[in-house]
Amino acid sequence: MSIVFIVLSFLLLFFIFAPIIKTSVSSSPSTLWNTLLEQDVYSSILLTIWAALIATAIGLVLGVPLAYLLARRQFWGKRFLEGLIDVPIVIPHSAAGIALLFVFGKQFFLGKLFGHVGITFVDAVAGVVIAMMFVSVPFLIDSARDGFKAVDVRLEKVARSLGASPWRTFFRVSLPLAWRSIFSGAVMMWARGLSEFGAVLILAYYVPFLNSHPVVAPILVADRFASFGLDYARPVAVLVILISLIAFITLRTIAFRGEQA
Amino acid sequence: MIAIKDLKVDLGSFMLQNINLDIRPGEYFITLGPTGAGKTVLLEAIAGLYPILEGTISVNGKDISRLSPEKRGIGIVYQDQVLFPHLSVKENIAFGLKSMKCPKREIKPKVDTMVEVLGIAHLLQRNTTTLSGGEKQKVALARALVTEPAVLLLDEPLSAMDPETREEMQRELAEMHRHLNVTIIHVTHDFEEAVALGHRVAVLNDGQIVQVGTPEDVLRQPNSEFVAHFALSRNIFPGEASNANNNGYALVDTDGIKLMTVTDLRGKVHLSLRPEDILISREPLRSTARNSFEGTITDIVDRGAVMFVTVNVPPDFVCLVTRQAFEELDLRKGVKAWVTFKASAIHVF
Repeated sequence: MSIVFIVLSFLLLFFIFAPIIKTSVSSSPSTLWNTLLEQDVYSSILLTIWAALIATAIGLVLGVPLAYLLARRQFWGKRFLEGLIDVPIVIPHSAAGIALLFVFGKQFFLGKLFGHVGITFVDAVAGVVIAMMFVSVPFLIDSARDGFKAVDVRLEKVARSLGASPWRTFFRVSLPLAWRSIFSGAVMMWARGLSEFGAVLILAYYVPFLNSHPVVAPILVADRFASFGLDYARPVAVLVILISLIAFITLRTIAFRGEQA
Repeated sequence: MIAIKDLKVDLGSFMLQNINLDIRPGEYFITLGPTGAGKTVLLEAIAGLYPILEGTISVNGKDISRLSPEKRGIGIVYQDQVLFPHLSVKENIAFGLKSMKCPKREIKPKVDTMVEVLGIAHLLQRNTTTLSGGEKQKVALARALVTEPAVLLLDEPLSAMDPETREEMQRELAEMHRHLNVTIIHVTHDFEEAVALGHRVAVLNDGQIVQVGTPEDVLRQPNSEFVAHFALSRNIFPGEASNANNNGYALVDTDGIKLMTVTDLRGKVHLSLRPEDILISREPLRSTARNSFEGTITDIVDRGAVMFVTVNVPPDFVCLVTRQAFEELDLRKGVKAWVTFKASAIHVF
């Protein structure tokens, strides 16, 4: 049995890694460097990284308290709510983009509300951010919730009996102990945000950013492929893959440093 | 000192109710009950960590039942200690003082005094995950005690330990209590712990307190099945241990008879002897067993295949015999009989 399982595993691993490795080594470093120096490309990559970072930061501020409540409190409809939170993962992302447009468009409820304070979403960086956030925040919430669940509730009880207020207990006990799960959830969220295509395409295509009008990196790859073909799209694809990989590996290394301690 | 009146707590499947207790300052109070009797919840309710439905809890005359846990000044130590895994031993112990905004320069001396008392000064810089069970227990005790709680709650503090560590910890608890004179409520399902440590015992059964008294009183007149069952499963006597001729042995004086035991303890002790470890005979036995006494049979409890026979020497020894042996020896109330048991069958604590 083991042999069959190992062979099947190798088939799958080959399927995952072959395209990534083949693409990564397909462009020469000089081609990559020149591509990176194109304004279209670097402003697109910066926009993507920046917007995903903002989305993750907002996700942390709003998602961690929600995750804590889900881990600690029992309330009516909790199961349903947990299912609902994962909906953005399972619906087509172009449909998610349409749904967002319906709420954040200029003539709709939240769009109007934010319009009063000068924030618009359609074809703006803010639109990229909420599109990324919508489709990626479930990863953060789920991971943070599991992290809080793994913290023995009696540690919090002991802290309270030792004179710690609920706030102090949260910041000195619960949060540090769940931190690794929260951080790896945030990395997942950020990575998922980076790669978002469908929802961003609908809500915010070309956006004003750094004195130009870039599109996010996944759209740039698709655009170049559709308009100019494989050779033109490939270096951008390689750059996007490499940057994502380096960031992902670095962050995971930080998160799991001292795991054995 | 601590008074609990008409406390009622919802445990989901049943209620903890009509809980009335008056615990004296400096008392070592034991709450005894079978597993699932709601002992842990009772402690958490006292500490404010579990919501109560009705009743009041007051400490030194002040009603604390509506206070949040951090304002109650009640320490709790759980069975498996639950030390903060991300903090060192020192940081664990200092946690409460920092939470209570104790001035920085006072924290170190307080921590140092406490670790001195508990003999764990050498552990201060250690990581909590590398400690043994007994060490963790002492750190958890230090962490609670350093904040000078009005009451210290102990949730089955000895249950998760191997027998050797448990006996050592039991002595340490008694020592710590003598030294610091702190008021303790200790819950357990182990009657020996109650006898060894408790000034008084409250027996908890079906969510109610069914009996309160000294361990000896409760043992002699049990009004709960839990204690009655225990009373039949162990002979427990108080006694005074003194040196025997041979090393490693002690003579324990109890009720005017001297029992040979294997222990290093001296002074006031308790003895526990299992009914199945006692032989009954109608004639004196010549055997390797060091203890043999003549008495009169005063009680017989029929449990089908086995019988519990009480022989009054005094004290009363409850002995377990099979029905067959019982009939062959023609044991009856009022007849003379000999009880014989090995020195090593007696557990001294």
